[in-house]
Amino acid sequence: MYKKQQCVAMLLAGGQGSRLYTLTEKTAKPAVPFGGKYRIIDFPLSNCVNSHIYTVGVLTQYQPLVLNEYIGNGQPWDLDRMQSGVMVLPPYQGKNGADWYKGTANAIYQNLDFINRYDPDYVLILSGDHIYKMDYNAMLQEHIRKGADCTIAALTVTIEEASRFGILNTTEDMKIYEFEEKPAHPKSTNASMGIYIFNRALLEKYLTEDEADPNSSNDFGKNIIPKMLGDGCKMFAYPFDGYWKDVGTISSLWEANMDLLGEKPVFDLKDKSWRIYSRNTSMPPHHVGEKAKISNSLITEGCDIEGIVENSILFSGVTVEKGAYIKDSIIMSGVHIGPGATVNYSIIDENTKIGENCVVGRTKTMGEDITVVGCSIELPDNSNIPGGAMVNRDWLEEHK
Amino acid sequence: MSATGIIFSNIHDSNLPELTRKRTVASVPFGCRYRFIDFALSNMVNSNIFDISVIAHYNYQSLMDHIGSGKDWDLARRNGGIKILPPYITAYANAANALYTTRLEALKSVSYILGRLTADYVVMSDCDVICNVDFNEIIKFHKESGAEMTMAVKSVDLDEKDAESSTIYYSDDNGFITDVLAFPKKFKGRADVGLNITVINTKYLQQIVMDAIAHGYTSLTKDIILRNLGTHKYAVYKYDGYFACIRSFADYFKHSMELICDNNVRNSLFGVKNRPIYTKVRNSVPAYFSTDSEARNSLIADGCRIEGTVENSILFRGVKVSRNATVRNSIIMQDTYIGEGAYINCVVSDKNAFIKDGRLLSGTEELPYYISKNQIL
Repeated sequence: MYKKQQCVAMLLAGGQGSRLYTLTEKTAKPAVPFGGKYRIIDFPLSNCVNSHIYTVGVLTQYQPLVLNEYIGNGQPWDLDRMQSGVMVLPPYQGKNGADWYKGTANAIYQNLDFINRYDPDYVLILSGDHIYKMDYNAMLQEHIRKGADCTIAALTVTIEEASRFGILNTTEDMKIYEFEEKPAHPKSTNASMGIYIFNRALLEKYLTEDEADPNSSNDFGKNIIPKMLGDGCKMFAYPFDGYWKDVGTISSLWEANMDLLGEKPVFDLKDKSWRIYSRNTSMPPHHVGEKAKISNSLITEGCDIEGIVENSILFSGVTVEKGAYIKDSIIMSGVHIGPGATVNYSIIDENTKIGENCVVGRTKTMGEDITVVGCSIELPDNSNIPGGAMVNRDWLEEHK
Repeated sequence: MSATGIIFSNIHDSNLPELTRKRTVASVPFGCRYRFIDFALSNMVNSNIFDISVIAHYNYQSLMDHIGSGKDWDLARRNGGIKILPPYITAYANAANALYTTRLEALKSVSYILGRLTADYVVMSDCDVICNVDFNEIIKFHKESGAEMTMAVKSVDLDEKDAESSTIYYSDDNGFITDVLAFPKKFKGRADVGLNITVINTKYLQQIVMDAIAHGYTSLTKDIILRNLGTHKYAVYKYDGYFACIRSFADYFKHSMELICDNNVRNSLFGVKNRPIYTKVRNSVPAYFSTDSEARNSLIADGCRIEGTVENSILFRGVKVSRNATVRNSIIMQDTYIGEGAYINCVVSDKNAFIKDGRLLSGTEELPYYISKNQIL
């Protein structure tokens, strides 16, 4: 027995995020930690719940262990529900063979059965690699009001940035007449955020046709959207003017984290009417020691701080020993920073141990890149990690 | 070996009149983000006890709000889980004596539930004892001793004041109780003090509650244990880990401060492997420390915003310390706002208090100044 849902959300979470290097060695990009106690996927999931969308399919493919475990039964987001809730949808073996998800459109195509169980009128397509707060329900209402076939959320970007995005060229009433994927000479600054609402029947038709086309790369941006436009479907852009950040690279991930800091942060999570939910770690409150000095930083449960922390974000259970100094850095869960160690302009992944008097990274003003130390690594005492290094086990072997 | 848990949420309310005016002892906030009952509940859950009844008495709204469905302790379950048992009184009951005051009376009022228990043992705990203990160890000890009932005790040095609110157990070389002193006057010295954690055979519990109803017994110590010492075996389990018994407001302050100053206390409560302490999840954002903030030697929960100075203090979730404000030696509960330039020393502020700009408030360590819930100063 499935209850009809007005809208089902499909969250594309299979991306590898190869530009995050060692951070996604063992985890899919949506499961990358963010902002002290969240993971990237908390944002679209919390947005769904806050927008009263309670049926969410999460399509996983690359390194799904951490992601699957994190989503679990959906309890942290109130998505452990009787007749809907969150459901992890991995690629599967069918009667006619097994297929990985070949592209975004193919991933949805392979899970049409899941969508159709709930007999929804609309399907919301989301991706699991952006940081933003958005009311999908407002977008859905706009979609219904305009009688659209498809609505695409659009962000205004600068003309320089525009060539990195799919650009929506629209008439004054936001009706899309042209879609250009990463144009060299963009005509407008309405960038697609990769958030689509489709009428379900139409989506099913186009996905089926697309699947039958051997030359298609089965991608929404490359195939489905241009095809629908060509057929004269009613497609609208839905302007979004809030904070939105693609955290696909080390530097954008770092920047998005830093946007949470400051007296008046660029991106404020504190709004109680739009909470971002995350899985709880059951850690005790954090302890600030006798010699600690913390400024302009976010500190989470389970931390024990004896050193100096400036302009940084500390995830749960981080220990900063006496004399250690952390600046402009993101320190993920369970990291141990030894006495006298210095960490500058770096991202340290989960459960890594930085030995006594280590020097990791260089000050931001020196102009070198962000230093990244991967998860579960033990840096020996007195190690010196140069600016911009991507430290994983292989790197350590090479630099012995 | 199966066990059921029973938690008494209101016993000893009168010890903490300030903090329990609008709540049960069980729901008194403690240690930045917890409530007293979290320790008893987590101890049970960590000992694989997943069928727990919480006996409530009065003022239990805050307790029900805190527990909710029980899912934050993994207690939202098809079989067992957590139940709150409010007072069971018929309209014709003697109004003067309607509400119970002792554990035995509380048990009498839930005899209909006790009769249905199928587990072998019942673990009973009060809420004002803060510890991280493995109940399985006590149950194992109890089973091997062959006793009907086992009381957890700890050997401590008592002064006269503490003794007046303690139950002291004397036992023989085999660990069986020979005598009990309940709340003795003028007692001083080393003694085995009861932690109000009891393991009892379910059948025996059912029997004594029926006896108590038939004979009008009211006290577990006086009417059951002392009367039956010759015929039944009651054991003591000597616990030697950390425990804090909160018998007064000063105790509350002292033991809260211990959490800040003593690494060992923190580790023995929160650092035990595989035995975390759970609490209601509030989804607060991480704590923010501004550029001008000064924080030293403090415990700070998520959702706090620190712009001023914080020293030797405990800040619960969602507390805001404004610019140039100073908080020293204080316990500031959930969502309290401390205005610009305010100076706070030795204060216990209950939830959601509002301290205006420039206020100067100071108590002493022996007598901390208490600000009640929702108060504006």
